[in-house]
Amino acid sequence: MQQLVFAVGTMVAGVLGCAAYFWGTSFLLDLIFPSKGRSGVEASRNLRITNAIRPWLFLAPALFALTIYLIYPVVMSVWFSVHDRAGENFVGASNYVWMLNDGEFRQSIFNNFLWLLVVPALATFFGLVIAALTDRIWWGNIAKTLIFMPMAISFVGAAVIWKFIYDYRAEGTEQIGLLNAIVVAFGGDPQAWITLPFWNNFFLMAILVWIQTGFAMVILSAALRGIPEETVEAAVIDGANGWQIFFKIMVPQIWGTIAVVWTTITILVLKVFDIVLAMTNGQWQSQVLANLMFDWMFRGGGDFGRGAAIAVVIMVLVIPIMVWNIRNAAKEMKGH
Amino acid sequence: MTGLTLKDIRKSYGAVDVIHGINLDIKQGEFVVFVGPSGCGKSTLLRMIAGLEEITGGDMFIDGERVNDVPPSKRGIAMVFQSYALYPHMTVYDNMAFGMRIAKESKEEIDRRVRAAADILQLTKYLDRLPKALSGGQRQRVAIGRAICRDPKVFLFDEPLSNLDAALRVATRIEIARLNEQMADTTMIYVTHDQVEAMTLADRIVVLSAGHIEQVGPPLELYERPANLFVARFIGSPAMNVIPATITATGPQTTVKLAGGKSVTLDIATNASENGKTASFGVRPEDLQTASGEDFLFEGTVAIVEALGEVTLLYIEGLVEKEPIIAKIPGILPVHRGEKVRFTADKTKLHLFDDGGKSYRA
Repeated sequence: MQQLVFAVGTMVAGVLGCAAYFWGTSFLLDLIFPSKGRSGVEASRNLRITNAIRPWLFLAPALFALTIYLIYPVVMSVWFSVHDRAGENFVGASNYVWMLNDGEFRQSIFNNFLWLLVVPALATFFGLVIAALTDRIWWGNIAKTLIFMPMAISFVGAAVIWKFIYDYRAEGTEQIGLLNAIVVAFGGDPQAWITLPFWNNFFLMAILVWIQTGFAMVILSAALRGIPEETVEAAVIDGANGWQIFFKIMVPQIWGTIAVVWTTITILVLKVFDIVLAMTNGQWQSQVLANLMFDWMFRGGGDFGRGAAIAVVIMVLVIPIMVWNIRNAAKEMKGH
Repeated sequence: MTGLTLKDIRKSYGAVDVIHGINLDIKQGEFVVFVGPSGCGKSTLLRMIAGLEEITGGDMFIDGERVNDVPPSKRGIAMVFQSYALYPHMTVYDNMAFGMRIAKESKEEIDRRVRAAADILQLTKYLDRLPKALSGGQRQRVAIGRAICRDPKVFLFDEPLSNLDAALRVATRIEIARLNEQMADTTMIYVTHDQVEAMTLADRIVVLSAGHIEQVGPPLELYERPANLFVARFIGSPAMNVIPATITATGPQTTVKLAGGKSVTLDIATNASENGKTASFGVRPEDLQTASGEDFLFEGTVAIVEALGEVTLLYIEGLVEKEPIIAKIPGILPVHRGEKVRFTADKTKLHLFDDGGKSYRA
């Protein structure tokens, strides 16, 4: 009960604080540079000054937060990455050199690329197909709701759910894992799925695909609905069949949105962490960069230098995709 | 030879009937325009002909073949949409070639037909452009070109000029009229709510209202001899003036007493049984003339004068409730608000409709 009161109190205080800030600073500004009741020249000069200052006043809290939580950490990460484990002595590029020679890092890079290839492709593809199919059936919205639901589950929560699906019990005992139950029902031998090197990557990817398909579906469904109906009808008159209409008329028209969805998921995949942490913690050759970084930074004694170096690598990988993604999204918005 | 035959065509969405049994014969090569107010079903009817809407009841024949269940691409039709419906990701060339590529025509044949169509429509310069790099008029020409490439038996236009500005509309209208002459064997069906388009383009106009055909006929016949009050009011701008009247004498000529007291004798024959019935007396604004003597049709007070130079529109109040009577007098008229003006009209240009709205002119 007390917690609830605190939570509500914080929320109210936050909103009121924001309002007070915007109103208060604006009021102060008008007080310093009044434009009402002044002569023409002075009023217009003051108006110009307040107009130049006001946007920065309103932006200030956001800029402040951005600096503290984004720019400062980036700078510090780069700084840490060229220092030793405690962040005391400058070591130059040695953390990066170590990284290149480290087997686990290479494994992580390889696995990350696998994730990169598989997850965005499958999630976008399933999202697109489901969006197209559910638009035509009366229970489409129910199906969409169900498929969208995993989006609301945290990655760790999803990992726990899927742990039950991949669960393995010793041979002979009853299998409670869904996958093993099916395998056994068909007469196969139960497997400890997430311990199978290489393939376990794909079992982990399935979780993220399961989560992200809903996202892709919602965005692509909206894009599909934005396609002018007449272009589809014109194609029908031109004699195109369902496949041709979908692939030659509809998909090309939403190509920009597909690219945005694809890259958004790609960025998410590069940062994949929770699922791997919760499922395997990088064991059985399923390590990924983010989990490796976490390992070095906060576990096993905490080597800030190496952890930060890995973080910088992740950032460098994400940035070009991010830039492309933002450009694409901007282009999409201009197009409409 | 018939181009298109509709037999008792019906359309309903669930329990709602929108087209109530349309019968229509359209000859090959004819240019037929469907007009009617919004929601009258004209676009639905066109889409049924195209095959984009299912036919709930009745039969449709194109070139003698029943096409109710034939898919749109096999009906021998082509359609031009109001919004052009160009494929935005394809060049002008590809837009026109798409249908033929689907039909697996040879490259040479595709090229020949696309270039021929582009030539007719002066699009050759733009073949490599994307639709977004074209103006509205050019886009509509591409849409028409795409339809020409299909070499259709029936050409369908769904309000093709509605998205164009006034000047382009006139230019494109003339282009469509020219196209119609060039493709003399192709039947054209054109949906519009613009009666200028209907009057200028059509061989025959089909006036629709609430899913019924009100009248079918050549434009001037509809103008001169509207079959009912709806057509009379719909064709012509400003709309025909309608004055409530009572029939006081029948025979080869009919005399009616107009609301307001004046009696008028028309050259329209009526049966004796009609005597005493209420009717609607109609006269077009442009058929009214100002009168100076005692031989006038009615007299009224001018409420508004709209001087357009070529014509002067007079809005007369006090004769009919709610609506003013409008007179369209050629030239400039020295008439001012509040003046009383008397009007007369040529006897042959008067109309009389029974209480159900049907014209007494057989």
